[in-house]
Amino acid sequence: MSKYTEDDLREELKTKEYEYGFYTDIESETFPNGLNEEIVIAISKKKEEPEWMTAWRLEAFKVWKEMTEPDWANVNYKKPDFQAISYYSAPNNKPKYDSIDEVDPELLATFEKLGISLDEQKKLAGVAMDVVVDSVSVATTFKKTLGEKGIIFMSISEAIKEHPELVKKYLGTVVPQKDNFYAALNSAVFSDGSFCYIPKGVRCPMELSTYFRINQAGTGQFERTLVIADEGSYVSYLEGCTAPSRDENQLHAAVVELIALDDAEIKYSTVQNWFPGNAEGKGGVYNFVTKRGLCEKNAKISWTQVETGSAVTWKYPSCILKGDNSVGEFYSIAVTNNYQQADTGTKMIHLGKNTKSTIISKGISAGKSQNSYRGLVQINSRAENARNFSQCDSLLMGNECGAHTFPYIEAKNKSAMIEHEATTSKIGEDQIFYCNQRGIDTEKAIALIVNGFSKEVLNKLPMEFAVEAQKLLEISLEGSVG
Amino acid sequence: MLKINNLHASIGDKAILKGINLEVKPGEVHAIMGPNGSGKSTLASVIAGKEDYEVTEGSILLEEEDIEELAAEERAHKGVFLSFQYPVEIPGVSVTNFMKTAINSSRKAKGLEDMPAKDMLKMIREKSELLEIDRKFLSRSLNEGFSGGEKKRNEIFQMAMLEPKLAILDETDSGLDIDALRIVSNGVNKLKSKDNAVIVITHYQRLLDYIVPDFVHVLLNGKIVKSGTKELAHELEAKGYDWIKEEVGA
Repeated sequence: MSKYTEDDLREELKTKEYEYGFYTDIESETFPNGLNEEIVIAISKKKEEPEWMTAWRLEAFKVWKEMTEPDWANVNYKKPDFQAISYYSAPNNKPKYDSIDEVDPELLATFEKLGISLDEQKKLAGVAMDVVVDSVSVATTFKKTLGEKGIIFMSISEAIKEHPELVKKYLGTVVPQKDNFYAALNSAVFSDGSFCYIPKGVRCPMELSTYFRINQAGTGQFERTLVIADEGSYVSYLEGCTAPSRDENQLHAAVVELIALDDAEIKYSTVQNWFPGNAEGKGGVYNFVTKRGLCEKNAKISWTQVETGSAVTWKYPSCILKGDNSVGEFYSIAVTNNYQQADTGTKMIHLGKNTKSTIISKGISAGKSQNSYRGLVQINSRAENARNFSQCDSLLMGNECGAHTFPYIEAKNKSAMIEHEATTSKIGEDQIFYCNQRGIDTEKAIALIVNGFSKEVLNKLPMEFAVEAQKLLEISLEGSVG
Repeated sequence: MLKINNLHASIGDKAILKGINLEVKPGEVHAIMGPNGSGKSTLASVIAGKEDYEVTEGSILLEEEDIEELAAEERAHKGVFLSFQYPVEIPGVSVTNFMKTAINSSRKAKGLEDMPAKDMLKMIREKSELLEIDRKFLSRSLNEGFSGGEKKRNEIFQMAMLEPKLAILDETDSGLDIDALRIVSNGVNKLKSKDNAVIVITHYQRLLDYIVPDFVHVLLNGKIVKSGTKELAHELEAKGYDWIKEEVGA
């Protein structure tokens, strides 16, 4: 008899397996463990970088050496041994493919498992893919269409060689090398990532997508993304990832910088599904990410994220509203289950006049997990008529998980208007019974309730991503898969 | 249709139903009346399969099949519908989406494909007209911010959509003003057929002026102590329950 109680729910959640847990056997070239100046130089050399880039990395390394790992977040984990990590791993052969036939069949099989086969992607009109596998970009599609509009979308390693003036001008301007421990580390050793430039007045005709994966035992993943929307341009950027299942902890410390010049708009959407560790809390990815965007006059940046994975998440996509009338938005769904810990939120820094920000955060905690929202709304003294609206909702499943909200507000201008709303609710047995009585089984009922709770954020995602995100929410929270 | 034999049910250590016998045939309307705490809502929940209650004795047969071991959703698939006394809210899930999920769950259980969107829309249009429901209402979150009357009307709308064999209306009249009561009752009457059956649970005779029962049962302390026709309801309205208590020596 499938009676629903919280005990059953808990049991069910425990048995949830990581659906995308697999490992692809692609020959890799991996650096020895450890980090020092030689390794930093070797990475730069391996990537055939110009001298200024090597110098930039070394500068970051120097700063990082003097820094200590932050411990203010509401998470507990064994600090990684940074000397036990290999900082570079690349697939053995890395030609640029013009046709899908040239791609390693095993890699294609991997994509099939992920449900993102390039074959499919090619047909998926409107989506260009820059696929990052093991830190090196191996395939790019739709480049031509974008090229006609003057849009540059390529791996950051390529951009360093082909568009050094742009990279040099903007890299590290939003997230400086010394910004924080993980950002400094990333600046020193970043392996690859994506670069995107939208020229003045151009509206990018398709959603730009990048899929990240971690695929080499013990390899840290240090992605670097730089998106520049020139005056009056628009781009919607999608980032999604799944990672193979693995016992030892994997470190992921990415940096994403967005620059929206006057009247430009950037929509940045993420679906994050790194391996969360098993039901006992063993393994899983440490996700320490720095994401920040800068808005010039009348510009707008929207961050939308669906975070279901990682053992530990430390992530605060932020907006610096520098220009007058600029707008920052943050829409987030964070799901934690079993022993997952998430400390995530945003920072909205209001510098310009009439700047506006909106924060909608939905936290869903199950199992023995801990889910924290941490947000800062800062109104500078010169930011006349700044406005913020924040809403933080938590949904609890079972009695052993935790939801926490840490909203910080600093207002230095009297004209500021700041609103904050917060709710905490629990999926009730009466809600489940109501659904059951209408013929909806418990698993589907939970999915329905969770999707309803997350709706405001799901609605902000581009269509094809919303479907994937909904599926992920279900996988993350439902028991028996299949 | 429904046959309940010597049903005993308890919650924790507390016995609530103490030997219910009830037979409902297709096309019939039965009213179950009784004072507060007599076990009316428990009976409804036990038939629907709410697991807080443990059936300690007796059986529940739906079309000759013992449904006691079936989960609530399986009973729903077989055509049991409960109109809740206190319908729950599900924020962010529209009435339409909820109904779509419910209908397709039942279809799936019967090995059918999802209902085509076109048919679903047509059905929604028909049933909402039947119950005088504004279509805008259907895109609102399920029961969230609904008035008492809207919640009950929504329950009957769901009943109309799911076309159950056996509908149990638990205190559907509570919280309804006279206009809403009329609309809801009309809806139920229109949905009635020779093939389905309705059990109306109520405190008051008022509802039974609109939904006229074939049989009235009085539930007292977990047992049906008196059964009769609709005149019994009038008698109860006039004289209260005390005389029955005396009559049965409770």
